[in-house]
Amino acid sequence: MNGYNFAYLDEQTKRMIRRALLKAVAIPGHQIPFGSREMPLPYGWGTGGIQVTAAVLGPDDVLKVIDQGADDTTNAVSIRRFFARTAGVATKTHTSVATIIQTRHRIPEQALTEGQILVYQVPMPDPLAKLEPSRAETTRMHGLAEYGLMHVKLYEDITRFGHVSISYDYPVMVNDRYLMSPSPIPAYDNPKLSRNPALQLFGAGREKRIYAIPPHTEVRSLDFDDHPFRTTRAPHACDLCGDDASYLDEVVTDNQGGRMFVCSDTDHCASRQALKEAAE
Amino acid sequence: MAYVAVKGGERAIDNAHAWLDSDRRGDPAVAEIGVDQIREQLGRSVDRVMAEGSLYDRDLAALAIKQAQGDLIEAAFLLRAFRTTLPRFAASTPVETAAMRIRRRISAVFKDMPGGQILGPTYDYTHRLLDFTLAAGHTPAPALREAAEQAVAPRIHDILGHEGLIEPDVASDAEPFDITREPLAFPAGRDARLQSLARGDEGFLLAMGYSTQRGWGGTHPFVGEIRVGEVLVEIVPPELGFAIEIGEITLTECQMVNQFAGSRTVPPQFTRGYGLVFGHGDRRAMAMALVDRSLRASELGEAATAPAQIPEFVISHCDNIEATGFVEHLKLPHYVDFQSELETIRRMRRDVEAALLQEAAE
Amino acid sequence: MSDPTLLSARGLNLRFGAVPALVDVDADLWPGEVLAIVGESGSGKTTLLNVLSGRMAPQSGVVWYREPAGGLVDVHAMPAPALRALHRSDWGFVHQNPRDSLRMGVSAGGNVGERLMAQGSRHYGSIRESAIAWLSEVEIDASRVDDLPRTFSGGMLQRLQIARTLVTHPRLVFMDEPTGGLDVSVQARLLDLIRGLVARLGIAAVLVTHDLAVARLLAHRVMVMQQGCVVESGLTDQVLDDPQHPYTQLLVSSVLAA
Repeated sequence: MNGYNFAYLDEQTKRMIRRALLKAVAIPGHQIPFGSREMPLPYGWGTGGIQVTAAVLGPDDVLKVIDQGADDTTNAVSIRRFFARTAGVATKTHTSVATIIQTRHRIPEQALTEGQILVYQVPMPDPLAKLEPSRAETTRMHGLAEYGLMHVKLYEDITRFGHVSISYDYPVMVNDRYLMSPSPIPAYDNPKLSRNPALQLFGAGREKRIYAIPPHTEVRSLDFDDHPFRTTRAPHACDLCGDDASYLDEVVTDNQGGRMFVCSDTDHCASRQALKEAAE
Repeated sequence: MAYVAVKGGERAIDNAHAWLDSDRRGDPAVAEIGVDQIREQLGRSVDRVMAEGSLYDRDLAALAIKQAQGDLIEAAFLLRAFRTTLPRFAASTPVETAAMRIRRRISAVFKDMPGGQILGPTYDYTHRLLDFTLAAGHTPAPALREAAEQAVAPRIHDILGHEGLIEPDVASDAEPFDITREPLAFPAGRDARLQSLARGDEGFLLAMGYSTQRGWGGTHPFVGEIRVGEVLVEIVPPELGFAIEIGEITLTECQMVNQFAGSRTVPPQFTRGYGLVFGHGDRRAMAMALVDRSLRASELGEAATAPAQIPEFVISHCDNIEATGFVEHLKLPHYVDFQSELETIRRMRRDVEAALLQEAAE
Repeated sequence: MSDPTLLSARGLNLRFGAVPALVDVDADLWPGEVLAIVGESGSGKTTLLNVLSGRMAPQSGVVWYREPAGGLVDVHAMPAPALRALHRSDWGFVHQNPRDSLRMGVSAGGNVGERLMAQGSRHYGSIRESAIAWLSEVEIDASRVDDLPRTFSGGMLQRLQIARTLVTHPRLVFMDEPTGGLDVSVQARLLDLIRGLVARLGIAAVLVTHDLAVARLLAHRVMVMQQGCVVESGLTDQVLDDPQHPYTQLLVSSVLAA
């Protein structure tokens, strides 16, 4: 695009972000402050993810952008267009052919492979923020690995509800050291964070933090020995592709309580439908 | 099947943009507004957008206002997003407000002082009656302003400073923090705080300043001085080694004098609250000065209990570009998270119902 | 008294502007001993407690703490992580106002269990069991374990704070007016409880109080402070029954008169 650098950000800024990314990879799960720039999209709409993607994107990359698991939601479309316009890179919806996947709220169903990069958009990078509003204090707590308070929250949940009531943005321990927000992905996706062969990068633009999970890093969802972490999904099969293990969206079909359930991952669902049709 | 996959996000966005364009233009039978008209006739809007957009350019601010249909936060956002792409050539030397070419200068603490009181173009003593002659179109009589524009006046605080009644203004040659380049950490220095306030949301600053007057962290303020006018901006190019003028900007500066009884560490004296903003903006500069002084509570040994005294609270929430983005992002789809909440709530209800049934059976 | 001390301070000085808060203060505390610091408000006793516990730095002087392994550490030279770790395991702090330490939005069980979880306990059932056991230690009915502290009386809150502090079996507890602000009858019951727990668990304690009766009941030794100086110290009975310094005499006589 005329008048703007490749992928919008100037090279100095990209270098600054890459330095933060290198630090983040070196200290898995630790939030690295970075000089987040104002972007032409609003804060809270993926500015952190966009800056990270812009900093790692090259002309030969193949970019996939999803929001809620879907390639065709408006914000995913908007961000994909932004990079098509400012970087001219190829954009695809197939998970397997993408080299960089920017995501909001999901990890693709299809297992990622070595060499792929998953970039998460993060609204609130600090899981302690819900318990302790002062950033100065939570920074100290991370520095000293004082995470008792987070377990108090889980203890209280079990006491009140019989189980942990967090269903998304479920806090994790990375490499046995840093407490980390996985971004608001459903807890269903948490197991995929751990020992993933892909590089996982997290960008929080408004809060000006970057963090990372390097490939094959151990990530543990917080729990108690006698109340182990467990995931939930709607107990149905996808009405379009028949998958009974994927994460489902519930769609209201009429005013009489009619519902159908479909895969939230549109690429996964479409691929399965195509396979089914080919077999018939 | 009743369900149609939600395809076509791309087309929906294109349609929305086209609709927005025609909505912005309004009735084509009415003449289109010019950017020059906004710049000249909506000056206070331009000033606010420049301040919150933290970019001094009256033409671009006017364009942003036009593009945003007069939504000033949206306009400031447009300026910010433009500003962030600009290369940085140099940092200016500190502007000398004592040498300001003054249009307006008032003090609430001295009846008269060197340089005098100059009301300038102010709404202060207008009666707020709708002026229907403006609706009909109206050319004002020329104003007398030559005398005022020539005036150069010493700052009131320098006068008070001679007696040692007010805390000294400590000069520093240290490179100031830059909130547009570096991530802010708390506790933040006063340089970072003042920068944040200078471009903070006017409504938020006003409410915070107001809260200090109503007892939520009182600072006993007096308006030492408000001055509005033009100052020169100078840079020192390294290849030249001396300062050259690169232009002139309009600023509003407010110096508050705050009563202070002293504390364990500081003797009784007047203290300062400082406001400096782009353009003509008494309200903005005054609110900033109130909040600046309030945020110094801990430094001066006062108990910091009210919201306006807590730097992390004020600074983290004063930026309306950040705030509007995060508040409005709730419009984005959240159905994955909502789905997981639905399943959790259903499970919790099943558990409770099972427990109740069992209780009834026993 | 030839045993090694648990906590020792030498030459502590601290001024707030013109006001002296600590003037050349020395102090020693032996394992299992309760030391009371008494004086009027403004005498520097709370400042001394804060300096001894590392919460406030002196302008000069040193505070030594003997670790369980026997080594001495300079409390004010410790890195922050080590000091905080000490505060949540080997040490405890009981505030005058229990609301300063308790989490009012967290159940009684969660409050007591927090220190265990901070130390790495990850078994919900056993954390809850310990919490219930500690509630009964401080005479709070086990049925209250899931209740929020805001439903508790003042005396119960203070006992809950004590349970929350002692759950990790600290060797040393700092107490700031632990019975202040409570009714006399509630005070008596609480003092009894503290005395029993401290003796049975062999906990050493530094106790700040303006109330000589509290000092007499709980403390083995007493330090009397006036305007930042220690004017008299010794065995509790000795100091209170036969005060030598005029200020101590005044304190003792004003209690008798009251």
